[in-house]
Amino acid sequence: MRKNLNVIAAYSIMMVLILMVGIFQSWNIALSIFNLCLISAVMTMGANIQWGYAGLINFGIMGYTALGGLAAVLISVDPVQEAWRAGGFDILMSLWLIVVMVLVIRFVLKRFEKSKIRTYSIAAIIISGILLIRFSAEPGIEAIEAVDPAKTGFLGGFGLPIIFSWIVGALFAGGLAFIVGKVALGLRADYLAIATLLISEIVIAIIKHEDWLTRGVKNVIGLKRPAPYEVDLQTTDWFIKLVEKFNSGKLSVIENLADRQAALNQLVIEGSSVFVKLCYSGLFLVVVIILLILTQKALYSPWGRMMRAIRDNEEAANAMGKNVVKQHLLIFILGSAIVGIAGAMLVTQDGLFTPGSYRPMRYTFLIWVMVIVGGSGNNFGAILGGFVVWFLWIEAAPISLFLINFFTAGIPETNALKAHLIESVPYFRFLLMGLGLLFIMRYRPKGILPEKIEIK
Amino acid sequence: MSENILEINNLSKYFGGLAAVSDCSIKVKRGTITGIIGPNGSGKTTLFNLIAGNLKSSGGNVVFDDENITDVPSYELFSKGLLRTFQIAHEFSNLSVLENLMMVPGNQSGEKIMTALFKPSLVAQEEAVVKEKAKEVVEFLNLGHLSNELAGNLSGGQKKLLELGRTMMVDAKLVLLDEVGAGVNRTLLKDLGTAIEKLNKEKGYTFCMIEHDMDFIGRLCDPVIVMAEGSVLFEGSVEEAKKDEKVIESYLGRGSKIKDTN
Amino acid sequence: MDFVNAIILLLNYIFIPALTYGSQLALGAIFVTLIYGILRFANFATGDMMSFGTMMTILFTWYFQSLGVSLGVLPTALLAIPFGIIFMIFYMLLIDKFVFKYYRNQKSPPVQFAMVSIGVMFVTQAVVRIIIGPGDRRFFDGEKFIIKAREFKEMTGLNEGLALKSTQVITIFVTIVLVSLLFWFLNRTKTGKSMKAYSDNEDLALLSGIDPKKIVLVTWVIAGILATIGGALYGLDKSFKPFTYFNNMLPIFAAAIVGGIGNPFGAFLGGYVIAFSEILLTYAYKKFFMYILPESMEPSSLVQLLSTDYKFAVSFSILVIVLIYRPSGIFKGKVL
Repeated sequence: MRKNLNVIAAYSIMMVLILMVGIFQSWNIALSIFNLCLISAVMTMGANIQWGYAGLINFGIMGYTALGGLAAVLISVDPVQEAWRAGGFDILMSLWLIVVMVLVIRFVLKRFEKSKIRTYSIAAIIISGILLIRFSAEPGIEAIEAVDPAKTGFLGGFGLPIIFSWIVGALFAGGLAFIVGKVALGLRADYLAIATLLISEIVIAIIKHEDWLTRGVKNVIGLKRPAPYEVDLQTTDWFIKLVEKFNSGKLSVIENLADRQAALNQLVIEGSSVFVKLCYSGLFLVVVIILLILTQKALYSPWGRMMRAIRDNEEAANAMGKNVVKQHLLIFILGSAIVGIAGAMLVTQDGLFTPGSYRPMRYTFLIWVMVIVGGSGNNFGAILGGFVVWFLWIEAAPISLFLINFFTAGIPETNALKAHLIESVPYFRFLLMGLGLLFIMRYRPKGILPEKIEIK
Repeated sequence: MSENILEINNLSKYFGGLAAVSDCSIKVKRGTITGIIGPNGSGKTTLFNLIAGNLKSSGGNVVFDDENITDVPSYELFSKGLLRTFQIAHEFSNLSVLENLMMVPGNQSGEKIMTALFKPSLVAQEEAVVKEKAKEVVEFLNLGHLSNELAGNLSGGQKKLLELGRTMMVDAKLVLLDEVGAGVNRTLLKDLGTAIEKLNKEKGYTFCMIEHDMDFIGRLCDPVIVMAEGSVLFEGSVEEAKKDEKVIESYLGRGSKIKDTN
Repeated sequence: MDFVNAIILLLNYIFIPALTYGSQLALGAIFVTLIYGILRFANFATGDMMSFGTMMTILFTWYFQSLGVSLGVLPTALLAIPFGIIFMIFYMLLIDKFVFKYYRNQKSPPVQFAMVSIGVMFVTQAVVRIIIGPGDRRFFDGEKFIIKAREFKEMTGLNEGLALKSTQVITIFVTIVLVSLLFWFLNRTKTGKSMKAYSDNEDLALLSGIDPKKIVLVTWVIAGILATIGGALYGLDKSFKPFTYFNNMLPIFAAAIVGGIGNPFGAFLGGYVIAFSEILLTYAYKKFFMYILPESMEPSSLVQLLSTDYKFAVSFSILVIVLIYRPSGIFKGKVL
């Protein structure tokens, strides 16, 4: 019960902090922090499944996030007919070639005993396959990228509601995790970390470079929304009435009819943006809660027991008949798939896909800070970590600005050092995160909410 | 069904140029408690690791229950009925004693994630059965009062008992015990011996155990196999082993004696 | 004549740049491998520590420039590097004292060390960005070229020019000197030998009376020298930008692992393996083929195996192949 009190206290403090932002800064900021906290929470749950449940290091979170984002683009954007006509056939041919290549390799692997010749011939197949595919796809790619490059220049997507991409994003990320896991999971922990980091960089390189698929660094903007648009809300009767009702007290004070109308308009504009954010919050909350229920249930099932046993002692788990390699692969896929969902959610909320913005500090290492700070192995801890760390990440700049001004109050504005420090305010968040991580690892190595072992 | 449950034929293992096990052939009869002794570094644990699939062999083969199991990974051996314990206790330290036992049975449907999440009643049913079984084992081992303790908090001897207990959760055919008595106090050791005998007689387990304690070996094992420098030096009863000159020499040659407290 | 042109082309665009880039990677890779071999963890702050050392070098370069001190045709930075090294070592020892030492005494698993090094990475990034900012800095001065492309053409009458930048020569020269000194130190001196012994078998080394504190200290000193020089040479040759340095961690790690982590000589060669493969696979060979093939067979495309965006893909593919077929690296690890 005491441990539960910890959880409740920690979450209450977090909510109060966000509410304070709402009251003192603005509800818009508070809600955007809250929404990103929720998305971060989904990511940390994914990482926590891998690290906390199974002890697997995945430093490739950025790659899975980006794949989720790509899914959002490919699902929601309308297909670009012209591009399909220009180069669709070549692309499909290349896809077909890739499938053939994989099948040939599989055949060789199954058919022949392991030997040097087999290894070399597989290498030869891969190299000639890549050359062939490049050669056959080149004209198609060029044709596609030439179709109205300022606006499209890519194949587009399927024109489906963007919300489906949350599932497709999970599938994409899970698929990548399957391949990565097959290659890298046998490695020692620190090699695995480096390998996954490199793979995620490659994923980003592909997304940035393959314009025919992703539009690359030209970005995709104006994605469809699962929530209403602010502009539509501002002209909808029921919404205006709703805002009027909410603020009736405030409005009734204003005597002048014209002034009252102007005030109402202002409130409607503000309210519409808050309302849209609330819609997202609702959707995200549903995802977080569903995932929380599933992960908790899984942790306390025989499956979770097996995973914890594997984490405690792989050798013994193996001797007790548990296929450790297979279970590691499974958990690697599951965790990555959850991160993929988060990636799709992120792009859904932003309404745009910017491959250039995926950087390992923000999307891999920050997530790890969240997991470690929150408490690995504990889902409530991981979610809390997502909230706390994201909140600090955003509020670090204002806090450090305040501190700098506070400590240098006596120094005139023109002082070079003071000006330099104020200019550097955005980077104090790195300092805060680093110090936070170091302190937590030293003095509370199990995180704010440590893993609790429930004995039933 | 042949008379031997385990046949090791010319098994070898080299680390670099060093032979840890060389050209070793052993037969273990069904229903016996076979002891394996030998000075430190004679390759006993390496032999176990080879049989149990923890190491890849450099040559030779292992036949278990009329099936070639050379280099088969250990999780597959489990389902064939070949189990092992470890020299240093390999408990699951963050699982309770009961959970340590409950995780053992194979093919639990709750171990598939989809079933675990979406068929709770089926899982609950199976869990009840497994739990009942685990409780029986705990009682058998006299660990009942510790059921809900984390395994990491147990004493060294209790951990060894728990490891033995894990092998009782399924119907094993052959159990490899690697120094199950090391670090266990006298009273607990007696319990362990009793448990092993009981399992051997009542459930028909075959045991193959590495041991240093000659008392313990003398009480339980027939036959014993003496290993030296990676291969079999002697095979026979404990009494004969103690008199055999080659055996004495192999121990004395390494500067230690066979503990004989009789 | 065309054949000579083709050779000059390859020298100019592949061989010399790859040798330079490889030297820079090699220094970083030896740094990684030393930390891994002796302190036993993968240091994720590698790139950022290098950027810290470079930053200190830049600050001193500016200071000397403001004083009017210069080395004539050589870049002032060469004068600043020793001061950069002192600050780098000081910073590393500070971090070791307050961060890594605790975990070393606790005998923490390597994974925990790696996590801690991520904390250090965040802090170092913040420090560098707060002091010098995130932008691109060039701090090269002095004579830029030893041979200019145009002069070369005039001199030889060839179509292809060979440009030799002074930073390239400095990089290669400094690397050769530094690495020779390092191997002399590791193989010939008592401290170097005890470092080897410590890396090989910690317990045995401790039993034979080696002072672990001294080993750790010397390791950080060498690491500081390598990190600062490696970083400064890279910055002189290209430019200094904190984010680039962070990203360079990946090919550096790849080089260290390919060479067999824990083996400095392997790391040294690994740097060149990675650099040459990256450049060979991403270079567009069109012009080269135009020289050596008859006109009728000239290629229409760029003849580029991979786009330069896939630089990482090259390091990574080599890494994967090595890890799968020779997990201990090409030159076998752990023989420091």
